[in-house]
Amino acid sequence: MHELGIVFYIIRDVKKAAEENHVNHVDAVVMDIGEVSTVVPHLLTDCWRWAADKEELLKGCELKVNTIPAVTWCDDCKREYETVKHGRTCPHCNSENTWLLRGNEVEIREIQVETHS
Amino acid sequence: MDEVKVIEIKKSVFAENEQDANNLRQELKDKGVFLLNLMSAPGSGKTSTLIQLINRIKGKTRVAVMEADIDSDVDAVKIKEKTGVPSIQLHTGGMCHLDAEMTRQGLDNVNLDEVDLVVLENVGNLVCPAEFDTGATCNAMILSVPEGDDKPLKYPLMFTVCDLVIINKMDVVPYFDFDLERCKKYIHLRNPQAQIIPVSAKTGHGIDHLVEWLLKQLP
Ligand SMILES: Nc1nc2c(ncn2[C@@H]2O[C@H](COP(=O)(O)OP(=O)(O)OP(=O)(O)O)[C@@H](O)[C@H]2O)c(=O)[nH]1
Ligand SMILES: [Mg+2]
Ligand SMILES: [Zn+2]
Ligand SMILES: [Zn+2]
Repeated sequence: MHELGIVFYIIRDVKKAAEENHVNHVDAVVMDIGEVSTVVPHLLTDCWRWAADKEELLKGCELKVNTIPAVTWCDDCKREYETVKHGRTCPHCNSENTWLLRGNEVEIREIQVETHS
Repeated sequence: MDEVKVIEIKKSVFAENEQDANNLRQELKDKGVFLLNLMSAPGSGKTSTLIQLINRIKGKTRVAVMEADIDSDVDAVKIKEKTGVPSIQLHTGGMCHLDAEMTRQGLDNVNLDEVDLVVLENVGNLVCPAEFDTGATCNAMILSVPEGDDKPLKYPLMFTVCDLVIINKMDVVPYFDFDLERCKKYIHLRNPQAQIIPVSAKTGHGIDHLVEWLLKQLP
């Protein structure tokens, strides 16, 4: 399954960041997931629960998914539109000379850790 | 008191694999090895096309095959039996794709000093393998006639990342509502540079074009 491979990548990157910041437990990981990234958020969080709980560093750690709406740019009429609604064809001028501006992201935005003071 | 501290990362999860893949691509180039990553939906004819291709090309260049499968080695055995070239099996451990690290592990089992062309038969799937760069020199995919000519519209990323699109099972065109010209148009919408070669792995039709194209790409 696609999402499981991505979860392993997230775990690898989070482990690295935790090490660099001398953190021994991460409470939450915040992801930016684009609407047309092909990642299904609930599958991602299911795989996450299964894999993260096997790691001391990530036991109980929550994966928060922030969805980034997909936006396409039309190179002919120089306007933007919602990708999911209209696909590749510009609703303003019918052109197919269009490019995805955002909505393809699979990014780790931040990790949250508790500090005891 | 407990406080939440936020550590900003802002990094694509694919970034590290992309770096890995670029390193692998360069290493292969330095060694003079061409890695062809062959993708398709399950059953489009990757193994059948490879057998036809290898039997026509093996006298001209030294070939090895890596077969990625979720959990079996039928394809690796078949390739070895039908072509005689070295073929190894990679198990993906349930994963729907290969990444650069898994590809590198597979290549560790191939004697790179004795081959010019390594073909990787990726896991049968049109979504995931397109997302994970394997470090291949060239990406190719097979679309077979029964799948329909509109696949490039439904799986745009796969068609965008491929340098070569092989259209297989051309022998069954009369039984399907498949329009080759329309299909080519849809592919070029996604990827104007894509090379398109129609073949039939059953009759062998078109395979010579494939051989010719591939030999031209080799260093
Ligand atoms: N009619 C016809 N059948 C074909 C052709 N190429 C392959 N087939 C048949 O399609 C089926 C699948 O072919 P494979 O070569 O195993 O496909 P594959 O992509 O390697 O399949 P997986 O590895 O399982 O994803 C087999 O029954 C083949 O005989 C073709 O050109 N014409
Ligand atoms: Mg096969
Ligand atoms: Zn997948
Ligand atoms: Zn427009």
